Amino acid sequence: MTVANGLYRRRRAANTVYLTLSWVATGLGLAVLFLILGELLWKGIPALGIDFFTKETPGPGSTGGGMANAIIGSVFMTGLATLVGTPVGVLTGTYLAEYGRDSYIAPTVRFVNDILLSAPSIVIGVFVYGIVVVPMHSFSGWAGAAALAVIAVPVVVRTTEDMLKLVPGSLREAAVALGAPQWKVIVLVTYRAALQGMLTGVMLAVARIAGETAPLLFTAVSNQFTSLDMNREMANLPVVIFNFANSAYGNWIELAWGGALLITFTILILNIVARVLASWSNRTS
Amino acid sequence: MNADFAVPAREAPRPSALGRPVVRPREPLPSEQTAPKVAIKDVSFYYKKFQALKNINLVLHDKRVTAFIGPSGCGKSTLLRILNRIYELYPGQRAAGQVLVDGQNILDPAQDLNLLRAKVGMVFQKPTPFPMSIHDNIAFGIRLYEKISPSQLDERVEEALRRAALWDEVKDKLTQSGLSLSGGQQQRLCIARAIAVKPEILLLDEPASALDPISTQRIEELIAELKSDYCIAIVTHNMQQAARSSDYTAFMYLGELVEFSETETMFTHPHERRTEDYITGRFG
Repeated sequence: MTVANGLYRRRRAANTVYLTLSWVATGLGLAVLFLILGELLWKGIPALGIDFFTKETPGPGSTGGGMANAIIGSVFMTGLATLVGTPVGVLTGTYLAEYGRDSYIAPTVRFVNDILLSAPSIVIGVFVYGIVVVPMHSFSGWAGAAALAVIAVPVVVRTTEDMLKLVPGSLREAAVALGAPQWKVIVLVTYRAALQGMLTGVMLAVARIAGETAPLLFTAVSNQFTSLDMNREMANLPVVIFNFANSAYGNWIELAWGGALLITFTILILNIVARVLASWSNRTS
Repeated sequence: MNADFAVPAREAPRPSALGRPVVRPREPLPSEQTAPKVAIKDVSFYYKKFQALKNINLVLHDKRVTAFIGPSGCGKSTLLRILNRIYELYPGQRAAGQVLVDGQNILDPAQDLNLLRAKVGMVFQKPTPFPMSIHDNIAFGIRLYEKISPSQLDERVEEALRRAALWDEVKDKLTQSGLSLSGGQQQRLCIARAIAVKPEILLLDEPASALDPISTQRIEELIAELKSDYCIAIVTHNMQQAARSSDYTAFMYLGELVEFSETETMFTHPHERRTEDYITGRFG
C-alpha cells in the first residue's frame, strides 16, 4: 500500500474540483432546458384544445381561434422540402462516399456542404427571396419549401456520407467479388446496410427545418387563412408564433405558446425516433 | 540447390534474392496432364510505388487445392486479390505480368471485370453476410446473371446451401437475416453465396482464421468436398490447415515465391532453408 503523499493529495483535490465544475455546468445546461420545457408546458397546454387544431388564426381583436392553417402550412412546406431535399442529399452523399472518394471534386463539394450546413438560415431566406420570390413577384409556399429544402440538403448529405462510410469495405468487396456492378452494390447492399442511419439523417433534417423561422420570413411569410395554393403566401407555425408572440392580444399570445409547445414536442419526438433508428442500425450492422 | 528440380510453368521463373522457386517432380494427376486452370506468369504488384509482389510464376490446377503460406505481409493475399482483380477497387494498386485463366489473360484491360468475378468466386477472412435474409444472400449473386423463376431460384438456393453444408441448419429460417447466424455459419453462408453463381475458381482468403476450431474443421471438410468441382486457392496462416487441406503449397516471403511444390513434399522435405524455418516455426 502506497502512502498518500503530497502529489497524490493534490491530484485528488484537483479531481474533486473539476468533477464539481462539470456537475455544475451540466446542471446549469439541464436547468435551462427544463425551465424552457416547463414554461412551455405550463403556458402552452391551456392553448391546446380542439380549436387549436381546427380553427384558423384569429384576426386582430377577435377572440378564440386556432392554428389549423399554420399547422397545415408547416406540414406542407416541411413535407415538400423533405421530398425534394432527401433525394438530392442522398445522391450527393452517395457521390461523396462511393464514387468521388478519390476525386478532386469531392473535397470541394464536402467543404461547400459544410459551409451550407452552418450558414445562418436567414441568409438562406434572403437567397431564396432573391431567386424565387423576386422573379415570381410574390411570396409563396414554393419559396418557403425551397428555402427549407436548401437547409435540409446539407444535413442529409452529411449524414448519408457518414453512414455510407461506416459500411465496412469488406461488404462492398464481397458484393463486387460476386460480379455485381458498382451501382448494384450500392443500391442493393450498401444502402441496405446504411438504411437506418440514413433515415436518421432525414429525420434530423426534418426536425431541423420544422422549427426554422428566419428562412420563411422572406419566402412564405404567413397567411391568415388555410391555403393549399403553393403560389400564394402560406401560413406556418414558426412565423405565426413570431408574429403572435410580439402582439398585444391575449388570445394571440396564448396561441403562440401552444404553437411553440407543438413544434418543440414534434422536434423532440423526431429526434427520439432518429435516435432509436440509429441504435437499431448499430445493433444490426 | 537440387539439380533435378523441374518447373511446370512454360517459362522458367526468374531467380530471386532468396533462390529460385523450387518445384519437385511428381506423378502427374489426370487433371494435370491438361493445361493448368490458372497460369500466373511473371506477375508483379504495386501499391502505389511499393512493389508487393515480385515476378511470381506458378500454376493452379483444376480440382486441386493450392495453399499459400507465408508470414504476414508476404503478399499471399495480394496474389489472391489479383486473380479476380478486386484490387481495382482501389486506385493506386496495379498488377503487371500475365494471369492466364483457361489460356486467356485476365489482366488484359479489355477483360470484363464483372464476368471475371462471376467466374472467380472469393470468400474473405471475416464473414460478410449482406444485411438481408439468408435466402436473399444466396439469391443475390444468382439474380445478377440469371433470370430464373422463383421456384428455380429456390432450388438453386437450396443446392448452394446443401453444398456448403449449411442447409440442415437454416432450412427452417431462410427468411431470417443472414446476420443472425453464428460466425461459422456466416462463413459457410458466404461460401454458399460464392458457389451459387457457379464459379470455376474459388479464392479463399484465410476463410477460417476468424472461426473457432469446430467451425474451422467444418470449413476444411467443406473445402475437401468442394475440391471435386473447383480449382481452389486458399490463403492461410495455419500451417496444419495448409498441410491437411491442400494438394500444392506455395511459400511466399517478402513478395517473392520461395518454394512451390506438392504439399506433402513441402511439409516433409522442404527444399529451401527459409521454408523449413517457417513451417517449423522458427520465424514468422
